[in-house]
Amino acid sequence: MSAKELQINLEFSAGAELLFGNIKRRKLSLDGTVKWTVASLLKWMHANILTERPELFLQGDTVRPGILVLINDTDWELLGELEYELQPNDNVLFISTLHGG
Amino acid sequence: MDNLSLQKQDIEELRSEIAKLRAALYTKEQQLQDLEQLHAQQSGNDPDSAVVQQEHEEKAEVHTHLTNDDIARFSRQLILPGFGVQGQLKLKNSAVLIVGMGGLGCPAAQYLAAAGCGRLGLVDYDIVERNNFHRQTLHSEKKEGMSKVDSARIALLELNSSCQIKCHTRLLNSLNAFSVLRAYDVILDCSDNVPTRYLLNDACVMLGKPLVSGSALKMDGQLTVYNYGADGPCYRCIYPVPPPPEAVTNCGDGGVLGAITGTIGALQALEAIKVIVGLGEVLAGRLLIYDGFSNLFRNIKIRSKRPNCHICSAEPLIRDLIDYELFCGMHATDKDNPLQLLEPEQRLNVFEYQELQSAPHLLLDVRQPAEFEICQLPSAVNMPLAEILDDSYVKRFSSQLESKEFPIVVLCRRGNDSQIAVQHMRNRYPDHSIRDVIGGLHAWSNKVDNGFPIY
Ligand SMILES: [Zn+2]
Repeated sequence: MSAKELQINLEFSAGAELLFGNIKRRKLSLDGTVKWTVASLLKWMHANILTERPELFLQGDTVRPGILVLINDTDWELLGELEYELQPNDNVLFISTLHGG
Repeated sequence: MDNLSLQKQDIEELRSEIAKLRAALYTKEQQLQDLEQLHAQQSGNDPDSAVVQQEHEEKAEVHTHLTNDDIARFSRQLILPGFGVQGQLKLKNSAVLIVGMGGLGCPAAQYLAAAGCGRLGLVDYDIVERNNFHRQTLHSEKKEGMSKVDSARIALLELNSSCQIKCHTRLLNSLNAFSVLRAYDVILDCSDNVPTRYLLNDACVMLGKPLVSGSALKMDGQLTVYNYGADGPCYRCIYPVPPPPEAVTNCGDGGVLGAITGTIGALQALEAIKVIVGLGEVLAGRLLIYDGFSNLFRNIKIRSKRPNCHICSAEPLIRDLIDYELFCGMHATDKDNPLQLLEPEQRLNVFEYQELQSAPHLLLDVRQPAEFEICQLPSAVNMPLAEILDDSYVKRFSSQLESKEFPIVVLCRRGNDSQIAVQHMRNRYPDHSIRDVIGGLHAWSNKVDNGFPIY
């Protein structure tokens, strides 16, 4: 691992993975020379790994209603949402909410 | 057939007919009650009198001791540390409302009745259908066509005849929610749609009742308890804005395994018992996510109460129940919500397609391969929606796409995904003859070929 890389983990649950090539866990190596926030991560995801119907994941610059975002198992709203600055080995989990029964 | 077995058949038929009539009567009685209440409210009569009277009727006796039968029946849970006689008595004196007698509601009701919950209320407007049996385990084959709450009631009384079961054969709405919910201590959200989830949340917040919320789809499940404890969030604290309708998948479209709903439903019963008895750590402020594919359970800490929540904060903006179907832009059922994306001239009805069938054309069936395997029309080519949207079709059908006149017809199960596909294809080929079939294979089966299987 180079010192210039920022390594983070992405996880998808309850169907969110279907929009990302059906892969539930990914390790990312991002350019470590720049600052990464959740906002810039979402842009990166849109450009690189969001394979299907982006409107089912994003709404404007943020995730659509009904998707929970957890950073290291903590609700992102408690951490500054889009402004949160990603740290090495952070785990970012996207959960789509289920409504069926 | 001999005389005796003919008689037996007649008896069975009469029984089933009577059950259906009873269910129909019950529904009418509930409609009448709703209307009378609405009438009393709007004509300025004492608005709560009907409710007060109803509550009075339902005032249940308070049990202070266990019978010998209770002790024998519940011995295995009575000896549980932390449960005991007091726990059993609390259950016996409790009333739990289960909203939705489907894949979640059946197992939840089953475990609550078996555990000795004194009073259960069951809410569902729907009738038992054949495609329910694989997961809605209280409904058995002979009860097809019966109302779900009646069917469940019969099965639950077989388990525990001393459980008092009240049937609410109706769709919950802003008018009847308070009068239905008021008599219960704990509410279980076993529903299958977004508007009902917001309605139950708001009503539970206003009435101060804990809401045990479960949901399931495909191989996944989720569970949490809302509106419990000083800091416990409500549904709106977590989801202030409803999801866009196109992002919501129901079990009828996405599929679900019965063992998944069974797992979550049983866990809802567990949380209800814990809330009633005061046992263990209730799943409030946490979300349990269950991934049945890998059999992984995971607990996530979710936010506590949102200080500016529209319903549960100190200064709520919402002070009365609203129109939840309007708020969510969705119907409060998991029945067909037909999309309307295309212009009429971009669509064929099933008879128009039937005429086209003998002429050269390309029929693209955009369902999942697992669905295509169940049934398909002759000459249909399976091209799942995902492969339309990622433009794989362009290369595969390059020769058919050369001519603008060559008819391309897109088909799916009910005529929603086919519209999404046609819209996407027309963005690239605006002048081509690309149309979908209105109502999809369901319409084909209903109107053209009754022998074509429906799923
Ligand atoms: Zn709230």
